[in-house]
Amino acid sequence: MDNILAFGAASSQAGRVDALFVMIAVIGGFFFFLTQGLLIYFAVKYRRRQPDRDNETPAITGSPLLEFLWILIPSIVVVVIFYYGWRVYTDQRIPVAGATEVHVNARQWLYEVKYPDGRTAINEIRVPAGKSVKFILSASDVLHGFYLPDFRVKMDMIPGRVTTLWVQPDRPGSYQIFCTVYCGTGHSNMLARLIVMPQGEYGEWVEHAGREGGEGAEREPLAARGERILKSAGCLNCHAVDGKEKIGPNLRGLYGSKVPLEGGTIVTGDEEYLRESIVDPGAKVVKGYPNVMPTFKASIPPEDVKAVVEYLKTLK
Amino acid sequence: MTGIGQPETEGNGRGYLAERGWRSWAFTLDHKRVGAMYLWTTIFFFLVGGVFALLLRLELLSPQAKYFGNHAYNVFFTLHGSMMIFLFIIPAIPSGLGNFFIPLQLGARDVAFPRLNIASYWVFAAGFLVVIGSLVAPMDTGWTFYTPYSAKSAAAVTTLSLGIFLLGMSSILTGLNFIVTIHKLRAPGMTWHRMPLFLWSMYATSIIQVIATPVVGVTFLLLAAERVFGVGFFDPSKGGDPVLFQHFFWFYSHPVVYVMILPAMGIVSEVIPVFSRKPIFGYKAIAYSSMAIALGGFLVWGHHMFTSGMSPLANAIFSLMTFFVAVPTAVKVFNWTATLYRGSITFEAPMLYALTFIFLFIVGGLTGPFLGALATNVQLHDTYFVVAHFHYTMMGGTVMGFFAGLHYWFPKMTGRMLNEKVARAAWALIFVGFNVTFFTMFIVGVRGMPRRYAEYLPKFQLENVISTAGSAVLALGILVMCWNLLQGLRKGAPASANPWRALSLEWRAASPPATENFDEVPVVTEWPYGYGTPKA
Ligand code: HEC
Ligand code: HEM
Ligand SMILES: [Cu+2]
Ligand SMILES: [Cu+2]
Repeated sequence: MDNILAFGAASSQAGRVDALFVMIAVIGGFFFFLTQGLLIYFAVKYRRRQPDRDNETPAITGSPLLEFLWILIPSIVVVVIFYYGWRVYTDQRIPVAGATEVHVNARQWLYEVKYPDGRTAINEIRVPAGKSVKFILSASDVLHGFYLPDFRVKMDMIPGRVTTLWVQPDRPGSYQIFCTVYCGTGHSNMLARLIVMPQGEYGEWVEHAGREGGEGAEREPLAARGERILKSAGCLNCHAVDGKEKIGPNLRGLYGSKVPLEGGTIVTGDEEYLRESIVDPGAKVVKGYPNVMPTFKASIPPEDVKAVVEYLKTLK
Repeated sequence: MTGIGQPETEGNGRGYLAERGWRSWAFTLDHKRVGAMYLWTTIFFFLVGGVFALLLRLELLSPQAKYFGNHAYNVFFTLHGSMMIFLFIIPAIPSGLGNFFIPLQLGARDVAFPRLNIASYWVFAAGFLVVIGSLVAPMDTGWTFYTPYSAKSAAAVTTLSLGIFLLGMSSILTGLNFIVTIHKLRAPGMTWHRMPLFLWSMYATSIIQVIATPVVGVTFLLLAAERVFGVGFFDPSKGGDPVLFQHFFWFYSHPVVYVMILPAMGIVSEVIPVFSRKPIFGYKAIAYSSMAIALGGFLVWGHHMFTSGMSPLANAIFSLMTFFVAVPTAVKVFNWTATLYRGSITFEAPMLYALTFIFLFIVGGLTGPFLGALATNVQLHDTYFVVAHFHYTMMGGTVMGFFAGLHYWFPKMTGRMLNEKVARAAWALIFVGFNVTFFTMFIVGVRGMPRRYAEYLPKFQLENVISTAGSAVLALGILVMCWNLLQGLRKGAPASANPWRALSLEWRAASPPATENFDEVPVVTEWPYGYGTPKA
């Protein structure tokens, strides 16, 4: 289904979005020709024939059967469209295990890119082909957007929150990234590129270019920094990272698990949950634990919270 | 024709227009004068907003922001959007034509609270003066005012939000007035099911205005508080949530799209039977679908936020609800089309605009499912596809409905006829110009061009040039139309009381109607759609 629309899909997911697009276009096209056709046909056929006398017009005032049908049929059609739209969407949003992770932080008017091993870049993201990529998105000033037209996906980037987006780049190439959420004067210049490299080339790039040169390449991997911060911030007074239990829950294996909360809901331990647990621990209290964890909002800057979250993710 | 006598009351001179002097307008208690004042004001802002639109289109001729620069472009689309929405399309039909024709169609002498009515005009005027005042530091946030940008922007956001707060107050007052008027002042014999469909749609609209507008009022006050006192409702660094603003904003602004479209649908439901000489098809279906849209419209605001990090479950629910709200809208289109069947159709300007409404609204409506379905929404959201979609519904729909209403009721409002030839020429220019301008936006949107872009990639230039050319034709059409309306006002041929041979009550009053509308309160014995040849 790739390439079904003139502008070329860059992944199989995108092909599915295109297929959905075509499906809606076909259904819509049918109703378009039906309704416009009747509209124009009636308008022409039943135009007044003599300039000064009306045609005989019947006193038709309605038809319960027709009303029933034209409520029923569109209802069925929209449910079908809804269903496929939802299916394709959920498949896009399902977390993919083992995805390459890239942190992207937006600020007026550029994208700061950070890889888990500490490499950084601006407005350019490099990933290997054939492997899922997970973008971990944040923003430091106002709302921004992260739109990959060739992949048919986008996600808002929100200050104070983490959002995520998955893609599966099948084909090497250089793809456009647009900011889609209005962010001020430079909004339309906030462009970046996603460069999908063949596996081998990517490995080489990581070895050389990616480590040297690069804008102020930071050597310490995020997770290592996170571990350092976690140890110095006193988290281990209340949390264990090995088998034991302290006042708070054990943090090993938390990432990706289902966490039961006070009040009965169950949430997934994703990046956003981990981040929130550190900066606003009272917002979601784990079932069976006291709500005593202090907030670290003021003491750990957002960048470092990200590093801690990265570290927690390594505790499998 | 069934025995509805039509006392073709001779136009008694200038009717409600007889009194002169500014006081007679400023302090008037006559719903017709209040309506006329709203019409003049809103049409003025439509033209100003249109000038901004043309400036946008001019800038988009080139991929670089050559003429005005990025910041000015951003200011232009903000002013264009805010004026079109808050100063034109929300008030134009309800407060303008609605004020004029609700009492007339009800067979009433005025609205229930005439003093409140003129007060709401002056609150509205205060609102637009404050909005104009905000131009000292023009806004560049888009008409959606999303935080945190709007909370940080150096522009006069606080002033503008207070202006919009006042405009909202005025909408609420007008809405309340209409609800009470429709409940209490129906002429003897006018049961709910004998009301013209325009009244049903105005009733549904008023309900939305009264329920939803307070929310946006409060939202804008919170935004002002955030800016002035540094309260952090929407500021993450103070424990607030920027997305909360979007929820508040769309909780109002989605229902409000029905405030924009329902009144136009009401006009179309009036015009189609008159010019087809057939009873409206499916009266009850049309009337109740207005109510269904008004209520269902409150449950779908999340469809503007599918990419804002809401949970997939919430997204799914909003998507499904959105699709269901589309059904009553489709029902209306089917019923109008069926009304044409076996009619005796003539194509005067009101009918041309009403048919154009249906034609363009079908395009707008059928592009909705692309945006309602989650996966395609994620692709198309915030691209030009959305810009095309809402112009097809708002301009192709509401504005065409408004033009239909202006041409249909012009003889009643002014006592004069329009030049039909010029009206048709203007219509043709508008029809062609509109489609060239906006259809190309669907294409460039699918190709990935984001909205609110002063500069764009060179690969999108062809579509943009075509669209700008179309907007010139469209603008010319609108100018010709305005010129024709002014000419008609000054020297149009005198109109009879009922030039279109319509059956609803406003046509029993003189053209233009006298101050208290009717010499004698009419008594209603049947519904207003008894057109056509009686059964043998
Ligand atoms: C005063 C003791 C205390 C300190 C210090 C503390 N926590 Fe906690 N933490 C808790 C308790 C108790 C809970 C469970 C109740 C809740 O969810 O608030 C918890 C919950 C959590 C959770 C959610 C666990 C789950 O199973 O869902 C995370 C993640 C977490 N803390 C991380 C941290 C980090 C990182 C630090 C250091 C920066 C830290 N905590 C410091 C007591 C503490
Ligand atoms: C005269 C014909 C019109 C033209 C040529 C036109 C053109 C445009 C263009 C090009 C934009 C996109 C700006 C951008 O995203 O960069 C826009 C935005 C918009 N238009 Fe129009 N428009 C017209 C009439 C209308 C009407 C009648 C309405 C009334 C409902 C309207 C409402 C809006 C709104 C709400 C926006 C969004 C502004 C924003 O993004 O904040 N337009 N218009
Ligand atoms: Cu942006
Ligand atoms: Cu909406």
